[in-house]
Amino acid sequence: MDTSVTPTPSSGAPAPILAVEGLTRRFGGLTAVNRCSFRIEVGRITGIIGPNGAGKTTIFNMVAGALPPSSGRILFDGTDVAGLPTHTMFHRGIVRTFQIPHEFGRLTVLENLMVVPAVQPGERLWRVWTSPARVRRREREVRERAEETLRFLTLWEVRDELAVNLSGGQKKLLELGRAMMTEPRLVLLDEPGAGVNPTLLLKLRDMIRHLNRRLGYTFVIIEHDMDLIASLCEHVIVLAEGSVLTEGPMDAVRRDPRVIDAYLGGGEEGGAPPPPAPLPPLPPPAGRGTRRGSGGGASPDGG
Amino acid sequence: MEQIYGIFLYTVFLLTMGGIYAVLTLGLNIQWGFTGLFNAGVAGFFAIGAYTSAMLTTAASHRHLGGLGLPAGAGMAAAMVASALIAWGVARICIRLRSDYLAIATLGLAEIFRLVLKNENWATNGARGISLIPKPFEHLPEPWNQVAMLLLVFAIVLVLYGLLERAQRAPWGRVMSAIRENEAAARAAGKDVERLRIEAFILGAAVMGLGGALMAHHIKFIDPNMAEPVSATFLVWVMLVIGGSANNRGAILGAVLVWTIWSTTEIITTRLPAEWALKAAYLRIFLVGLALQFILQRYPGGIFRERRLRTVAPPSSQKGGSHP
Repeated sequence: MDTSVTPTPSSGAPAPILAVEGLTRRFGGLTAVNRCSFRIEVGRITGIIGPNGAGKTTIFNMVAGALPPSSGRILFDGTDVAGLPTHTMFHRGIVRTFQIPHEFGRLTVLENLMVVPAVQPGERLWRVWTSPARVRRREREVRERAEETLRFLTLWEVRDELAVNLSGGQKKLLELGRAMMTEPRLVLLDEPGAGVNPTLLLKLRDMIRHLNRRLGYTFVIIEHDMDLIASLCEHVIVLAEGSVLTEGPMDAVRRDPRVIDAYLGGGEEGGAPPPPAPLPPLPPPAGRGTRRGSGGGASPDGG
Repeated sequence: MEQIYGIFLYTVFLLTMGGIYAVLTLGLNIQWGFTGLFNAGVAGFFAIGAYTSAMLTTAASHRHLGGLGLPAGAGMAAAMVASALIAWGVARICIRLRSDYLAIATLGLAEIFRLVLKNENWATNGARGISLIPKPFEHLPEPWNQVAMLLLVFAIVLVLYGLLERAQRAPWGRVMSAIRENEAAARAAGKDVERLRIEAFILGAAVMGLGGALMAHHIKFIDPNMAEPVSATFLVWVMLVIGGSANNRGAILGAVLVWTIWSTTEIITTRLPAEWALKAAYLRIFLVGLALQFILQRYPGGIFRERRLRTVAPPSSQKGGSHP
């Protein structure tokens, strides 16, 4: 592979924890992801942006094991994990969240987190009936961890609520909480900011930053909110039509005419559209509360 | 006096049958209530359990296979194993199907089992069924044999309840309800969803097999008609839904309640003049449907709700009735 992808290390030369090589996924006649190659460095927050249909979530699905690739390699820690099932990926340390919250509706918020940890003797029926003491001991640990996580997420007050009753934003926090219930080596966040109100969004941003800086989590974030990406990610990968268009620091990427092109859906006429408006719609000066995409004309969702 | 004695015997019989249906309903609760597996083939596992135990415990006979004369306890254990094995085979094929497709597949399989039992005369004595199945305690004097059987069924329901209640409150039950609530998220939480679904399906089927065996020993007779979808599958579903899915107490209460309705209406319909009696048989199904409507209007989730872990006791002002 001629992955001449410059690692652009910000400090030293961190090793890639994930290297995607020539990843391709076809759905019938549609090629959603087309020979995509990139690397994710350890300890970093990497952003993946691109217009709708660029293949971002499909890549996540393949890396998380929810979808087998048509071809290509997914090297996690140097070994090819392409096509392994989701639960195996999880045990290797890849955790993902969903764009649309996937809560366990009729479990309480606390239980939603308690489900996650991998080593639970109480998930074996035989152990439940024969060694209840051991099950109970581990259960106490799991519960403490979940309670700690809920405090961090500021969901402590709603811990006994059924998850189905949470607000959209709270469900997003719960998604993040699931990742925190293990020792993840790579966390894939699929649009953590979508449908989250601005105040909560700031909180969410700080949480992600905290997890990265203090606990050393490695994140890959798909996001349409360019502010969130700009403030969190040292490195941004831009996808268009299933392939990597360019990558680099956000400042460089957002000035790249090809990126602007891809978002504005130009292309046929070759040259960049006349007024190269600064690409990402920075937050509307006032009002326009939510960031549901369809806000401004030049919204990334417009493509 | 004679009449009171009759009512007493009838009540014992009613409760025994209710208890046997409670076993079946607890089995379905593992599959549907805990895990969300839409098994519409309860009758199939009921029949496998009933026939297995019948063949192993009856005296030697040229009419059907088996006739080993084993004790009833061994027959019941074998019934559970047989149901579990068949469930394992069925699950290997069907478990990936989504709920409605799983329902159709299991319904179809149960009908296949029933037709095989009906037509393979050499093995099952066909439509004439297997009779003279030994009943536990049948050598005791008259009321006590019935009472002892009731106590046996009662004890089995109690043990099952204890085990399943523990299982449901343990992480095992939690991960099963997580699968029920959101399969993709359960996978993303590292759970081997296929394996766990198969496990719940097998356990539920084993319990249903036990229910079938109990029925065979209690009635002392089994034929393919007893594995009709209406009496075996439909009725068990109604019991679980009325009592409250995902609640073991609900499963038991629903079973006893619905069996009481089902059974006492028979008293009425059999006393009607002959020309009405036939039509009145359908009245029973109608009445059960009516009870279902009535109860679900009042208690949308069944009489008992699913219980979840709470760190603090919910305030007594918790709103009843309406949907959350």
